[in-house]
Amino acid sequence: MSTLSMCQTQLGGFSFENCKRNAVLETEVTKVGCRMPAARKTGTTIVGVVFKDGLVLGADTRATEGMIVADKNCSKIHYISPNIYCCGAGTAADTEMTTQIISSNLELHSLSTGRLPRVATANRMLKQMLFRYQGHIGAALVLGGMDCNGPHLYSIYPHGSTDKLPYVTMGSGSLAAMAVFEDRYKQDMEEEDAKRLVRDAIAAGIFNDLGSGSNIDLCVITKGRVDYLRPHDMANKKGVRTGNYKYKRGTTGVLTKAVTKLDLEVVEETIQTMDTS
Amino acid sequence: MNTRGLRSQLKDSVPVTGMGPQVGAYGVQDTLRSGFSSVKNELLPSHALELSEKNFQLNQDKMNFSTLRNIQGLHAPLKLQMEYRAARQIQRLPFLQSSHLALDTLKGNDESISFEDILNDPAQSEMMGEPHIMVEYKLGMM
Repeated sequence: MSTLSMCQTQLGGFSFENCKRNAVLETEVTKVGCRMPAARKTGTTIVGVVFKDGLVLGADTRATEGMIVADKNCSKIHYISPNIYCCGAGTAADTEMTTQIISSNLELHSLSTGRLPRVATANRMLKQMLFRYQGHIGAALVLGGMDCNGPHLYSIYPHGSTDKLPYVTMGSGSLAAMAVFEDRYKQDMEEEDAKRLVRDAIAAGIFNDLGSGSNIDLCVITKGRVDYLRPHDMANKKGVRTGNYKYKRGTTGVLTKAVTKLDLEVVEETIQTMDTS
Repeated sequence: MNTRGLRSQLKDSVPVTGMGPQVGAYGVQDTLRSGFSSVKNELLPSHALELSEKNFQLNQDKMNFSTLRNIQGLHAPLKLQMEYRAARQIQRLPFLQSSHLALDTLKGNDESISFEDILNDPAQSEMMGEPHIMVEYKLGMM
């Protein structure tokens, strides 16, 4: 953009124009003593487990920005296709955009083949894209779904390596959750047992890791049915205030009172729902 | 998408020329078109991914054509490249946005979405190239 005249057409995609400027800014800022703004991460516990007729994905709901909780009830289980869902840990924007791009690609692919998409396809698309960007896209994912060959569960790391396993955990609380899995996982569990196991694993992550917290979301995927339970369990409820500091009516004496009526008519009424949790 | 047999194709990938000085007609820095030169800007890429992203499409194509040649013989990549060259000529003048529909369909880009379509869409670019200069550059007159 700094040339006298543009001779060639611009290409789309990532633009690295500001990288040098950012590097210089960072050194200047650390000299003064401040810090560069940090990206919002989902220090997280995400898990997945395969049971007899399907699989269960679980996630906590806290998003952190450094040492502050940025979102108390964020949704970490993303939709990829009607039979495939993906939990995301790492940089929140990266997981969001990556899963949306892969979801679009899978939709186009399934329209072109005329079949329900397979989990292995989503896995390969994700790992090829993450490897192309050499880990600079910080998205650690747990991908699970049900297709014609049964339930499949993959864990995908930011640099592009994948593992196909019967139970996986990712995120900062992964060790706490994996401890629960290693103790109580059995092959061919029932759905209720699997849901309880995932709930306990996420709870272990929530209570033993600072980066995870708030509620537990569950997603149960079986043949022809997906149960998205949000929230499945509110592990950390905010406390209720026991005292009231409001003054009672009549504390201040009233001297005079004058009432003016305003004539207003309701023209339009709209309701906008907000997430007040 | 990606093909196997990468190891045998490594020698065919595009050599890293990357950041060299923009030489003009007489082999000297072309200040009019590419601005003032600075050794620091040109020797090192500003980001680890800059070079690999710039050459990504080229490398993919080279790899795919090599594999295709090994499997089906020389005629297959030749025919494909001929079609690409023909489709690349169906365009508007350089300073206007062309849809590249034929080229995208041939390459299979009409069935995939990636960061090229979402970020920095050239159709939404805030700067417009100067028509005369761009056409002259394309025709090699300048």
